[in-house]
Amino acid sequence: MSVKADDMTTQAAGAVSVSERVKGERRLGMWLTAPSFIVMILVTAYPLGYALVLSLYNYRLTDPGGREFVGLDNYAVILRDPLWWNDFVTTLAITVVTVAIELVVGFAFAYVMFRIIRGRGPLRTAILIPYGIVTVVSAFIWRYAFALDSGFVNQWLNLADFNWFGERWSALFVICLSEIWKTTPFISLLLLAGLVQVPSEMLEAAKVDGATAWQRLRRVTLPNMKAAIMVALLFRTLDAWRIFDNPYVMTRGANNTETISFLAYRQNVTLVNLGMGSAVSVLLFLTVVAIAWVFVKGFKTDLSQVRGDS
Amino acid sequence: MRTSRWWTVAGVAIVLYSVFPLLWMLSLSLKPPSEIVSGTPRFLPAAWTFDNFTEVFSQSLFTRALINSIGIALIATLVAVVVAMFAAYAIARLDFRGKRLLLSLALAIAMFPQAALVGPLFNMWRGLGIYDTWLGLIIPYLTFALPLSIWTMSAFFRQIPWEMEQAAQVDGATAWQAFRKVIVPLAAPGVFTTAILTFFFCWNDFLFAISLTSTDAARTVPAALAFFQGASQFESPVPYIMAASVVVTIPVVLLVLAFQRRIVAGLTSGAVKG
Repeated sequence: MSVKADDMTTQAAGAVSVSERVKGERRLGMWLTAPSFIVMILVTAYPLGYALVLSLYNYRLTDPGGREFVGLDNYAVILRDPLWWNDFVTTLAITVVTVAIELVVGFAFAYVMFRIIRGRGPLRTAILIPYGIVTVVSAFIWRYAFALDSGFVNQWLNLADFNWFGERWSALFVICLSEIWKTTPFISLLLLAGLVQVPSEMLEAAKVDGATAWQRLRRVTLPNMKAAIMVALLFRTLDAWRIFDNPYVMTRGANNTETISFLAYRQNVTLVNLGMGSAVSVLLFLTVVAIAWVFVKGFKTDLSQVRGDS
Repeated sequence: MRTSRWWTVAGVAIVLYSVFPLLWMLSLSLKPPSEIVSGTPRFLPAAWTFDNFTEVFSQSLFTRALINSIGIALIATLVAVVVAMFAAYAIARLDFRGKRLLLSLALAIAMFPQAALVGPLFNMWRGLGIYDTWLGLIIPYLTFALPLSIWTMSAFFRQIPWEMEQAAQVDGATAWQAFRKVIVPLAAPGVFTTAILTFFFCWNDFLFAISLTSTDAARTVPAALAFFQGASQFESPVPYIMAASVVVTIPVVLLVLAFQRRIVAGLTSGAVKG
């Protein structure tokens, strides 16, 4: 809240001092936020522009002399390559599966956290632990659980020699499992924030009117949580779309489990094929923009809620 | 009420969900490497040993990575918290053009695909000479930690009753005394929580760590773990990696145990207080 109350009293002193104060506040505001602006823009906008330029060239770092302008050829090559579309499908599958499951399970967790009376502290602590664990560590834990040499899963499920990481969909299953385990707690906290803000009088009124628990959930709770659900959905979808750590550690992208982020990494860093890699980077950026745009338009929830100024 | 017990049972199930993989990690870290390749894997170790932990600390690979992780995360957190503090104060207390823009920018950064930056940053950092250095990692960490830091801190700052500063001055305190004795204690929890969340973020990063480093000069723990081959050619790296993982997880667990209320409040922007 800005100290505008004083403006009324100073108005008597003359219009000049009012605008001076307002101007001073504005200037201070800009100075205080300038470092944040600069850091955020410099490290994202500039490199992105750089990538855009690089993507118009055929440029491998290992052959600097062979750098030549090819226009949009890189993009044509990528969009015609089945590898790109394979990775696209993999990323899409991971995103849809993990987000869907996490929303449901996350809501269940949120509800338990909401209703529990005894053990509230330990429960919240336990919920935060997966959030704090390093993703790479989580990936190793799940990988070793399902691995043939070190894992107990095959034994417990009586699966003998089944190699989980030898095939696409079983490997993706384990990747999704690790991802879900780690990020569901975060989602449940976001949903809990929405849950505690549902007005209890409305729930009481519904109860008095004879609504069942299920009806109360569907008709009162969920609609009042729309903003929180949208925030959770938006961030989780984008996080899942950008997944990198789990596929890298578990399969290094083998057996068709490569994701788009992984492709960008492989082209740019491993193969130092900077021209093509930059094109992949730009395409990745565009897909993220597309998803964000779909969300904002599709859900029509006030953006200021998502941005955090309310 | 009998129904309250069901919720506690559900709570126990959730606790098991969270803790079960950690138990697995602990179990693997206590197994000797020979047990991994023995062909009959079990959940619990057949023979306990702390050798993996002594091995982890005797090798410079991990200790060097640990130093890198701690140093980089601490510095990045410190700078991020200070920068975010200025911005959060402005957002919570002042009215100025660009407030909406800043918050939209923070949102855009939070949604940004980091993998799209590894190519250009790789090239740029090499040109600037900061490839494979602490600074080379601190800069992107700072950038991507700012949105969460700004949101968390401005949410905390919005709840501070700033009028108390003026009230203290009416009671005879100087401006500096009012700030130090009234505002600072009220703002400290928010700053502290933001620091914890930012630290977690930097501690956890993997993509930049493997893209912008190549030697143990700046390689952090997640990257070192992913590249580790094994104590020797013939030994399974599994227990070693899990022992290192346990070491890296302990500070996280301790932080969460000690500051659960604050962290939850921070992540829910103050909606859930404790």
